[in-house]
Amino acid sequence: MTDATATHGPDGLLLASDGTPLKTKLRQSMKASRRRAFGLVLPLLLFVLASFVIPIIMLLWTGVSNDTYASNMPRSAPLLRAWDGASQPTEEMAEAMVLDLIDARKAKTIGKVASRVNREQSGTRSLYTKSARRAAKMEAPFIDALVKADKDWADPETWRATKIAATSLTPAYYAAALDYKYTADGEFVEQSEERQIHVKLFWKTIWVSGAVMLFCLLLGYPVAYLLSHLPAKKANLLMILVLLPFWTSLLVRTTAWIAMLQSQGVLNDIFVWIGITGDEQRFSLIYNLTGTLIAMTHILLPFMILPIYSVMRAIPPSHVRAAKSLGATNWTAFWRVYFPATIPGIGAGGLLVFILSIGYYITPALVGGQDGQLISNFIAYHMQKSLNWSLAAALGGILLAIVLVLYWLYDRIVGIDNMKLG
Amino acid sequence: MTESVTERPFVHFDGVQKSYDGETLVVKNLNLEIAPGEFVTMLGPSGSGKTTCLMMLAGFEAATHGEIYLKGQPINNVPPHKRNIGMVFQNYALFPHMTVAENLAFPLQVRRMRRRDVKDKVARALGMVQMDDFGNRKPAQLSGGQQQRVALARALVFEPELVLMDEPLGALDKQLREHMQYEIKHIHEQLGVTVVYVTHDQSEALTMSDRIAVFDDGVIQQLAPPADLYERPDNAFVAQFIGENNRLPGKVTAIENGVARVALDQGPDVLALAVNCGEVGNRTVLSIRPERVQVNNVTGSNRLDGHVRELIYLGDHIRCRMQVCGRDDFIVKVPNSPEHAMLREGETCTVGWETDDCRALDLAPGAM
Repeated sequence: MTDATATHGPDGLLLASDGTPLKTKLRQSMKASRRRAFGLVLPLLLFVLASFVIPIIMLLWTGVSNDTYASNMPRSAPLLRAWDGASQPTEEMAEAMVLDLIDARKAKTIGKVASRVNREQSGTRSLYTKSARRAAKMEAPFIDALVKADKDWADPETWRATKIAATSLTPAYYAAALDYKYTADGEFVEQSEERQIHVKLFWKTIWVSGAVMLFCLLLGYPVAYLLSHLPAKKANLLMILVLLPFWTSLLVRTTAWIAMLQSQGVLNDIFVWIGITGDEQRFSLIYNLTGTLIAMTHILLPFMILPIYSVMRAIPPSHVRAAKSLGATNWTAFWRVYFPATIPGIGAGGLLVFILSIGYYITPALVGGQDGQLISNFIAYHMQKSLNWSLAAALGGILLAIVLVLYWLYDRIVGIDNMKLG
Repeated sequence: MTESVTERPFVHFDGVQKSYDGETLVVKNLNLEIAPGEFVTMLGPSGSGKTTCLMMLAGFEAATHGEIYLKGQPINNVPPHKRNIGMVFQNYALFPHMTVAENLAFPLQVRRMRRRDVKDKVARALGMVQMDDFGNRKPAQLSGGQQQRVALARALVFEPELVLMDEPLGALDKQLREHMQYEIKHIHEQLGVTVVYVTHDQSEALTMSDRIAVFDDGVIQQLAPPADLYERPDNAFVAQFIGENNRLPGKVTAIENGVARVALDQGPDVLALAVNCGEVGNRTVLSIRPERVQVNNVTGSNRLDGHVRELIYLGDHIRCRMQVCGRDDFIVKVPNSPEHAMLREGETCTVGWETDDCRALDLAPGAM
């Protein structure tokens, strides 16, 4: 080879034989294969975009915005937003309010509006529905007319609560999700003691997830070790047993635990039979936190075993042998050579189990009883029962943030490239 | 036994047998004595039992029968970590999560050595394999040859008296492999440790060993220094396994003073050393090394006609495939020197050999 094939351009870039810079040439030659690769993933990309990315963006948006009031009460909403919240409500505001109430009653949206305001101050629902019924007959001055209909209209608090409801874009839901109250003055005030439930529930969810992860690790690690050290034939048979739960419906598995754990269930019967406990003092193993822990550990166990198993299988047996030949006892060889090699699997399995359990819903709902409920059950409650979608979205958003923070922490401590899923 | 074994062997396999399934023996009645400071290679095809022997010596496999002695002490019930035997594994088995220095420090740390001593010894061991500047690298950042050196240093750093090597050079390319062969040989000479080396590569075995044990079918076929093994193979398997080898089948018609007269199946009677051919009337295989065959100016007592079939030019010599006594695979190595006959394909010539260069051996199974 001579230097004639590798010429340099004026800017020092390597040139191809036709004089174009080599980098440009390389990009051109790669273009076709890049386009083909992109074409292959395009359907999936669109699917993920439509079913995952966009819903998440909508969820995050719902958590900070609620235009129930603004869209149904178009006259009063801008006036309330402009109002400073401290001075007396003006006649203009009152007139807009009355006209909006009339329209909302006609459009049959007054119920939605009333419950929206009611969330900011309880007791205002009946105030709104009552006032709306009488609004058609009201005459100026409207302030007095409103107060005549219900004396609560004289209370500035009512107007302030309405002002918060009239603001579409609000941190109120996130504040509520973290047990704070967002006032009309734009301040965050701690909720009273007995209403602080969300933060406690978040902590509980985190430690329950942590406990489930730990139990899965303690139970799964030896199984994975056994699986990876058996001859292939036996290992495959055992692997089927590990995978068996995957082939059974989640609902069936959870309800099976009910049959096992309830006070007249299999386990308690056995305990009574062998005399661990008396017939009168049967253990309460289900419809509480214990039930949630047992059922979730069982259901999530394969997610811990599989990554650890795949990592263990890739560890050459010569490593442990080498450690022993170098003078390490069985325990030292395991702890200093084998165990560190399995950390990527533990990390992957742990993260998987933790993230799955932090958002677990159906199992706690079925076997959790009162104290076995997790944050996702609360989110479901707001989605289905109280219909406070914005609060549900805010709770979901915080859950998402927690998972991302954990992911980031994991990356910082263990390193994400140090993770092996199989 | 050769004279290199002193009155008390360093390693002694005494009637060792090994079976994995209770039906077949992988190692059949192994007796082997290794002297202190000796470099012994176990050579054989895969499945011949050589690695199993090494693993029994290291303590990773238990002998089914028989006893292994180390410095006169039986070690069958000593766990591997108490045997104080250094071992180099086939794929190095360096611990990937530790740096090179940590890998080397490992055997010293588990022996609860003082931190400063550990540092000194690690530095010295790295110097020995010329890897001084690589202490902080992870094994994955090293080339195959460098990993090999680290593995070697790790097996030696705690100063064991016995080092086992299980095909340590198998994963290296040819040039590096040859270089490392010399390096291992020099380290062995320098430290005076006893080495038991397992390989299936005969040139590796010939280069490095004091003695070679050729394994086949769970039995040591021959235990001898490299030169003996090549020049004086005991049986057809060894002759065939070590180096190239021309085989001519025939029948023993007479034996006199250790020289057998053999009637070739498709040719005249020839004379050969009666090494392992049994009695008169037995079938035998004659073994002649290709470089010992004389072409045209034959001085030996045995003369035959050869038809040149193929010539391959290899620089320092010419490899010639001939038809001799009806067999098409008779190989002759003709040195590329002016005084030697130049052969042409299709030509007929005279080939012959000295009686001493031709050995009458057993009929090895599958050899014909």
